[in-house]
Amino acid sequence: MISNKIAIAVMAVVTSTALASTAHAQARDQIRIVGSSTVFPFTTAVAENFGRDTDFKTPVVESTGSGGGLRLFCAGVGPQHPDITNASRKIKTSEIELCASNGVAEITEVTVGYDGIVIANSKQSELSDYTKGQLFTALADTVLIDGELETNPYETWDEIDPSLPAKDIEVLGPPPTSGTRDAFVELVMEEGCDDVGAEAAAEAAGIDPDEVCARVREDGMFVEAGENDNLIVQKLVANPDAYGIFGFSFLDQNSDTLQGSLIAGVEPTFDNIASGDYGVSRSLYFYVKNAHVGVIPGIREFLAEYTAERAWGPDGYLADKGLIPLPDDMRGAARTNAVNLSPM
Amino acid sequence: MTDIAQDLPGTVAKRRTPSRYQSDEFKARLKARYNAERRFQVYGALAIATAAAMLVILLFSICSKGYLAFWQTEIKLEITFDPAVLDPSGERDPNGLRRANYQGLINSALYEAFPEVSGRRDRRNLRALISSGGRFQLADMVVANPDLIGTTQEVWFLASDDIDQFAKGTLPCGVTHEERMAGIPCTVPEDSRPINDRNIGWYDQLYANGQVDFAFNSVLFTKGNSREPELAGMWGAIVGSFYTLVITLALAVPIGVAAAVYLEEFAPKNAWTDLIEININNLAAVPSIVFGLLGLAVFLNFFGLPRSAPLVGGIVLALMTLPTVIIATRAALKAVPPSIREAALGVGASPYQVILHHVLPLAAPGILTGTIIGMAQALGETAPLLMVGMVAFIVDIPQGITDAATVMPVQIYMWSDLPERAFVERTSAAIMVLLGFLILMNGLAVYLRKKFERRW
Repeated sequence: MISNKIAIAVMAVVTSTALASTAHAQARDQIRIVGSSTVFPFTTAVAENFGRDTDFKTPVVESTGSGGGLRLFCAGVGPQHPDITNASRKIKTSEIELCASNGVAEITEVTVGYDGIVIANSKQSELSDYTKGQLFTALADTVLIDGELETNPYETWDEIDPSLPAKDIEVLGPPPTSGTRDAFVELVMEEGCDDVGAEAAAEAAGIDPDEVCARVREDGMFVEAGENDNLIVQKLVANPDAYGIFGFSFLDQNSDTLQGSLIAGVEPTFDNIASGDYGVSRSLYFYVKNAHVGVIPGIREFLAEYTAERAWGPDGYLADKGLIPLPDDMRGAARTNAVNLSPM
Repeated sequence: MTDIAQDLPGTVAKRRTPSRYQSDEFKARLKARYNAERRFQVYGALAIATAAAMLVILLFSICSKGYLAFWQTEIKLEITFDPAVLDPSGERDPNGLRRANYQGLINSALYEAFPEVSGRRDRRNLRALISSGGRFQLADMVVANPDLIGTTQEVWFLASDDIDQFAKGTLPCGVTHEERMAGIPCTVPEDSRPINDRNIGWYDQLYANGQVDFAFNSVLFTKGNSREPELAGMWGAIVGSFYTLVITLALAVPIGVAAAVYLEEFAPKNAWTDLIEININNLAAVPSIVFGLLGLAVFLNFFGLPRSAPLVGGIVLALMTLPTVIIATRAALKAVPPSIREAALGVGASPYQVILHHVLPLAAPGILTGTIIGMAQALGETAPLLMVGMVAFIVDIPQGITDAATVMPVQIYMWSDLPERAFVERTSAAIMVLLGFLILMNGLAVYLRKKFERRW
């Protein structure tokens, strides 16, 4: 009987706190950020420093992926919706429309910096140098052979070009749900496709070029190794013949065991990515909901912290975390843009 | 038998040799049976050995990576608490003291220890020896004890993660520490390691002066999450897990036990109760992410509960553990012999009294075991929490069930995804802590069962 009463009491407490918290949710004093897992390591570093150096609460940063983040971001205006979303790609027109239909009219876009994508292998193997065309031919589902589009027959690198090593093609990369994969397809596969003329051949044959250029082979030469880049790093160390595709910061942290392949003769280094010489890098963004500025405390100050030189400058703490900073002139413009909250 | 068969007309008179317990055939058969039994036992032992070997491999790989994370490299510096920097007005105002330029104190201490270092880049590298949390450590010291101002103290600072990893030998150099102290340089080329010769030189100099020490990593157990590996702790996640489990327990046990008692003791046996039973058993096997989707749709979107809160995480996990609790409770109720019920009814107890005074107390050990196993399951769950926003970077320690929080397995998942090397060992250390909690809970289940178990 006693236990009965305890049970009822406990349930009553839970229900009442639940109701109380609904009221609590109406006034939020903590910035909420969602979005890309690629931008996550940088935004969290800013959030932590912001929380330490100001009297505002440390923002909560969720890792939901770019698409998931923008969906949450565009769901509406109000404390139950996030204030900022990270994205490793630009917002799509369809997402801007979704935002607008839910009353999120004014959005500020801030370009944070660049993220290089590397094709790396173990230091026990030789350093490689690939063109985008060679990578496309090695990894695409359909390739161009003597002017004909065929299912990819290549099994070793030297079959593509005799100058390449006589090793089996084995590339570990992220699954299609990953932003890194999207960027790799866009920056390497599609450009390589154009370079070798497969795009033109597809158009001539009346096939959608995307079918040819954006389809990665599924016969086991390209291995989808999961979202976790550390896992790919470990597999590369264990298997010197394999190559892996991941973000530059992981190469930077594992420079004792891994080397980044040259792309068209350019080595993936901090300086080469920053100068734009290294051809496989993408911009990282975050988007701010202007309607929340002044309602949720601290957003303006957070933007000021993110765009401060000590954070995103070439010597800032974000560069230590692997972010490739914007060029000086672009940083200045982006800062003004962010601090003034100029909507897109 | 054989005699009758012989006498019957028309039967083939085939006399079977009488069974001799010493015959060779019999011996062969007996041997085969014994062998079969022995093989059967060996298969069982092999199965256990395989399982144990896998467990050992798992534990070894985790512990061998993770044990280093329980120690941190610390560097001792002589800090002059300069009143001109800390408290120019002399008012000892705590707000002013908290905001003073403590990084400046650390920097001057470093420049003083290494007077030969000049140039912007070199000095920046030098500053990077000490964790960026150093200035907050000094701020806390001074605010707690303003009398420090004007004195010079020896302070132990956390080393930055690169130095820490190098000191522990996880960042390779090619030669051992002793060889390096004897003047042999690293054999691994400089561009192949994250830490350059200059930093190694500074570290070795500090080491030679006795300014380097290894201390227990208390940060790991007392602080919230951080992006700096040396400042990252699990306490926020442990508290988050605690709040979440309290909610789960408070919901799953009363509802689960009440449902089980009704189904087992009162419900009529008909098509409806069969259907409910099938559904409960089914729910126990539903992938946990489904409960997360439900939580997102119902508790966040419909009821408007806060995101990332242990309240919502706890409700979702309670839904997930309910079937386990119901099934375990029903089994425990079934195990109470009917004689107990009959005797109680026989002396005039009402069915309500029979259940509350006799059956439930006797079934309690079983219910408890089932509950703890369900809770241990909930403690290790991440997938449903992803949907309700608990996969998040949260620095502040949650103060209640509606504060943003994360839980231990989620923290492990997030740490495993970060590029810094130092997070690799912290991930393993966090797994060890989580395993410790799970062993504790399962051990408690075994103990309680042993203590209260009754055999009839």
